[in-house]
Amino acid sequence: MAWGALSRQDAADIIKEVKRFLIFVLIAFTAVALGLVAHGRNAATVANVRAAGDRHEAPDFALKDAQGNVTRLSDYRGKVVLLDFWATWCGPCNIEIPWLEDFERTYKNRGFEVLGVSMDDDGWKVVRPFIAEKKINYRIMLGDDKTGDQYGGVEALPTSFLIDRNGRIAKTFVGLSDKEEFQNAIEKLLEAPVQRSAELFSLPLRADAPVRPNGS
Amino acid sequence: MAPSLSVAPVPMVKTAKGSVAVVTVNASLPAGYHANSNKPTETYLIPLTLKWTGGPLAADSIDYPKGKLEKYSFSDKPLSVVTGEFTITTKFKVKPDAATGPAQETGTLRYQACDNHACYPPKNVPVSVTVEIQ
Repeated sequence: MAWGALSRQDAADIIKEVKRFLIFVLIAFTAVALGLVAHGRNAATVANVRAAGDRHEAPDFALKDAQGNVTRLSDYRGKVVLLDFWATWCGPCNIEIPWLEDFERTYKNRGFEVLGVSMDDDGWKVVRPFIAEKKINYRIMLGDDKTGDQYGGVEALPTSFLIDRNGRIAKTFVGLSDKEEFQNAIEKLLEAPVQRSAELFSLPLRADAPVRPNGS
Repeated sequence: MAPSLSVAPVPMVKTAKGSVAVVTVNASLPAGYHANSNKPTETYLIPLTLKWTGGPLAADSIDYPKGKLEKYSFSDKPLSVVTGEFTITTKFKVKPDAATGPAQETGTLRYQACDNHACYPPKNVPVSVTVEIQ
């Protein structure tokens, strides 16, 4: 059929087809765009923990808690531990503390513990009343510069180290973080199978490597 | 990295017996950081304080910069803070029977700084000034 000989009906049909095609393209474009946005959002909140082979050992310590009991990090081997360096005078720490209490409640039965290391120079005189006031439900110990130095020199507070069941640092959070990011990382470590000793010993031993708080 | 508050050297102050010596301490914080003012809005925050601890003169009054109310991601309410350059003024009373000559006054400026996401341990910066009593 020659173009010049198109009937009105043919022209209307062609316009209808073109419209349909354009609507399809628009819908497809919107769907792809929405998909990309959703993917981006997921990517931002996905637990970005270090691969097991890239983790180095969390330095052990022996610190007294509020009851005077000596707590060693190595006592918690087999559990996922969130080790939080904080201080009573630290605003961002005060935001995170209710989250940590929530994590302690939610994940304790799955082999998870929060350990808080207070860096307050004034010691228990200020920390004990703070624990009571905030009704903190996880163990708090008193740390100092030496404890911080073991972890690469903790200066910014809060700084938290998420430690896997094998006592290795899987993720470091510096400054005020995102609750969901914490949760995702904790969940990921809780779901990970426990490595057997033989597998652990085959990992590159990096306990002597300095811990960099700013690494993730 | 923890911010360092810098304190400019305080120039010598000349004064007479029985009068008041006014000493001005100029300090500054790097951009992006703040320190709590002398009157923080929350009781758990560590205030900016200047303490004169050594020297023959007694500080009569210390005027701190007025805190600016600023809102940060980690606080529900605005916080009273100092940022950038600020001044602290101390008035020393010089007794009528004070010894003439130079009097070295020493003290400590204590501050606790944060940025928008993290806070840093309190630090003490030494401060000194020579007051020439004539």
